[in-house]
Amino acid sequence: MVRSDTQHMDCPDIMKPQDSALQVRGLTKRFDRLAVDALDLTVRSGEFYALVGPNGAGKTTTLRMVAGLLRPDAGSVAVFGIDALENPIAAKQAMAWVSDEPMIYDKLTPLEYLEFVAGLWGVDPAVSQSAAHDLLVSLGLEPHLGERCEGFSKGMRQKVALAGALVHDPRLIILDEPLTGLDAVSARHVKGLLGDRVRAGCTVIMTTHILEVAERMADRIGVIAAGRLVAEGTLTELRQQNGHNDTSLEDLFITLVNPEAAAA
Amino acid sequence: MSSATALTWFARHEIRLAWREWLAMMTGGRRGRKRRAVIGLMIFAAIMHLPAYAVVGRFADLKAPLDKSTLIVLTATIVLAWALMLSQAIESVTRVFYARADLDLIMSSPVRLNNVFSVRIAAIALSVIAMALLLSTPFVDVLVIGGGIRWFAAYGVVVAIGLSAAAVAIAVTIALFRLIGPSRTRLVAQILAAIIGAGFVIALQIAAILSYGTLSRFAVLTSDAAAAFAPDVESYVWWPARAVLGDGEALLLLLAGGLVLLGAVMAMFSSRFADTAVRVSATATPSHQAARTRAFRAGSRQQALRRKEFLLLRRDPWLISQTLMQLLYLVPPALMLWRSFSDSSAVIVLITPVIVMAAGQLAGGLAWLTISGEDAADLVATAPLPPTRVIRAKIEVVLIAISVIFAPLVLPLSFVSPLQAAITALGVIIAAASATAIQLWFRVQAKRSQFRRRQTSSRLATFSEAFSSIGWAATAALALAIPIAAVITGLMTAGIVAATWKISPRRA
Repeated sequence: MVRSDTQHMDCPDIMKPQDSALQVRGLTKRFDRLAVDALDLTVRSGEFYALVGPNGAGKTTTLRMVAGLLRPDAGSVAVFGIDALENPIAAKQAMAWVSDEPMIYDKLTPLEYLEFVAGLWGVDPAVSQSAAHDLLVSLGLEPHLGERCEGFSKGMRQKVALAGALVHDPRLIILDEPLTGLDAVSARHVKGLLGDRVRAGCTVIMTTHILEVAERMADRIGVIAAGRLVAEGTLTELRQQNGHNDTSLEDLFITLVNPEAAAA
Repeated sequence: MSSATALTWFARHEIRLAWREWLAMMTGGRRGRKRRAVIGLMIFAAIMHLPAYAVVGRFADLKAPLDKSTLIVLTATIVLAWALMLSQAIESVTRVFYARADLDLIMSSPVRLNNVFSVRIAAIALSVIAMALLLSTPFVDVLVIGGGIRWFAAYGVVVAIGLSAAAVAIAVTIALFRLIGPSRTRLVAQILAAIIGAGFVIALQIAAILSYGTLSRFAVLTSDAAAAFAPDVESYVWWPARAVLGDGEALLLLLAGGLVLLGAVMAMFSSRFADTAVRVSATATPSHQAARTRAFRAGSRQQALRRKEFLLLRRDPWLISQTLMQLLYLVPPALMLWRSFSDSSAVIVLITPVIVMAAGQLAGGLAWLTISGEDAADLVATAPLPPTRVIRAKIEVVLIAISVIFAPLVLPLSFVSPLQAAITALGVIIAAASATAIQLWFRVQAKRSQFRRRQTSSRLATFSEAFSSIGWAATAALALAIPIAAVITGLMTAGIVAATWKISPRRA
């Protein structure tokens, strides 16, 4: 196992900045306690990266700093080689953020919401209109295109928020617990859509509590605990690092974040 | 648990909820402010005795028998209080239907829904009466101190009209549900609540303008025509006025009437209350179908923001009701303006402060909705445009909306008096800019639906906004009448705005 408190990840160090979608160095954030502790993280371009960890581990705080929603106390964030703290506008142009609590406008229809998002990212209306329609249809929202979002269920709102994140065709998509509140069919839709984006060259970073999703979808998994990256790699690499070649991600996760519970 | 015990327990629960909702409104939802809120309220109540003395002090010596004109004025005042209570009660009923998150829990519990909703109806009546008693206390105190303990009967009248206002509000709201459905009722009830209170005063003002060419509603109430039209002094119409003056029989009859009315509404509507609540929760999806899908529009990022803000403002039920109310308040001065075309009355000067004051108040609300009430804060914050441009686009929306609403009033004024029109326009711009700036300095990220609590999130911002609107309205009026005095009030108001900026959290 490679621990971030002893050494930076080996592969990122040799990676050129333009090869990485995201490069985080020494990222630190303190609220009333240390939430993120000098975190180093590198996500390769075109990769599906899952960030897992217990509640309060610092996953959301880390991603909010990457998305420009929180100012770090220390450290650096580079998105496709662009310094996101020095040049946030250029970095944001390449990114999309989807929060676990879908934030949309109740009084807009899904199409109006997507038109607004596309306008904010400066997308050509002819392109964004067709993309918006296709996205909403692929997420099963076609019957609701003309309805205002105020009566939508949480799952439907999450789909609208996700469509908003995709409508401007970002190169890096950051999602915080995107499958929370979705039914099985919707979750499959979303997973399919994200998989398609990765195959098209897009980079996806996602936090999740559903370890099965991380296990099945992610190219690499990062395990975060107490604000530090305690392990990282493909599932096979994580198993090898822990000396358990046939163990599940759930067992590995418990071993990594709470060794005492694992021993018991 | 017996049925009676369950009801008592539920009544206690309702009172506790109402108390906490009220406390949250007073403290802005922050803990540790309870003591400060109570002390602040007591100081406010003490200070309110001064304006109360100015308004009702001279009536303390009134004694029965009264002449018709005095009876008309007294009864009109009671009707106004009733209209305001009705407005508050309608607002409370819709809040219980739409905002309380406990309907599922109550309806899935093994209790008789009719009983539970009877308690809830009683709780609504109680909260309306409690608020009315609180607001009327300074006025009744002044009357008791000046005219003796017989004026304590006024509290009884407040209770009686509170009971009837709650009863009518429940009947009206449930009737609206039946007639126009749950989704439209929310908007219509909000509009009704907003205009009922103001409607009575405005109707009197309109009558005064049309009949006597003055804005004073007393001109109508004390006129010979009103006295001739009013029923005889022995009529039951004057019972409320007689009850206020300490007529025990009239007071008891009034209280009994209020209780019977509320009891009848409970008996008739408690079962429908439950049914209506079920329909509201089942009709969570209002069917606002867009007529057609139009093409996405091109434009800059700021244009996208402005378009979104305008669309949301247009669809905001609070804004629609508030704008309607502001426009209603502007009807009397607009009517004055129309009359002034023919007789060039000097009273037309009164229009300027009313317009400036309304612009400041409306701009404050609009600024809160656009700047603080951002439902997708994360989306806007992660968009590739600088925060300064986001704020600028939102401020532009407020100022454009104010221009669109007030230009139709200022433009006709320019035909009557170009100087007054110019001063009014300047006053509107400065009052709107000041209110917007105060909202900007005190902005706190919130949901648009939390608009009701905007005034409790920062008392300082609320008072500054009110003083700034009043100050600029006074300055504009004085600029037309005594220009040198306008310089002084203008400097004082600018001082208030500057002091607000100095102590605002954004500057810190």
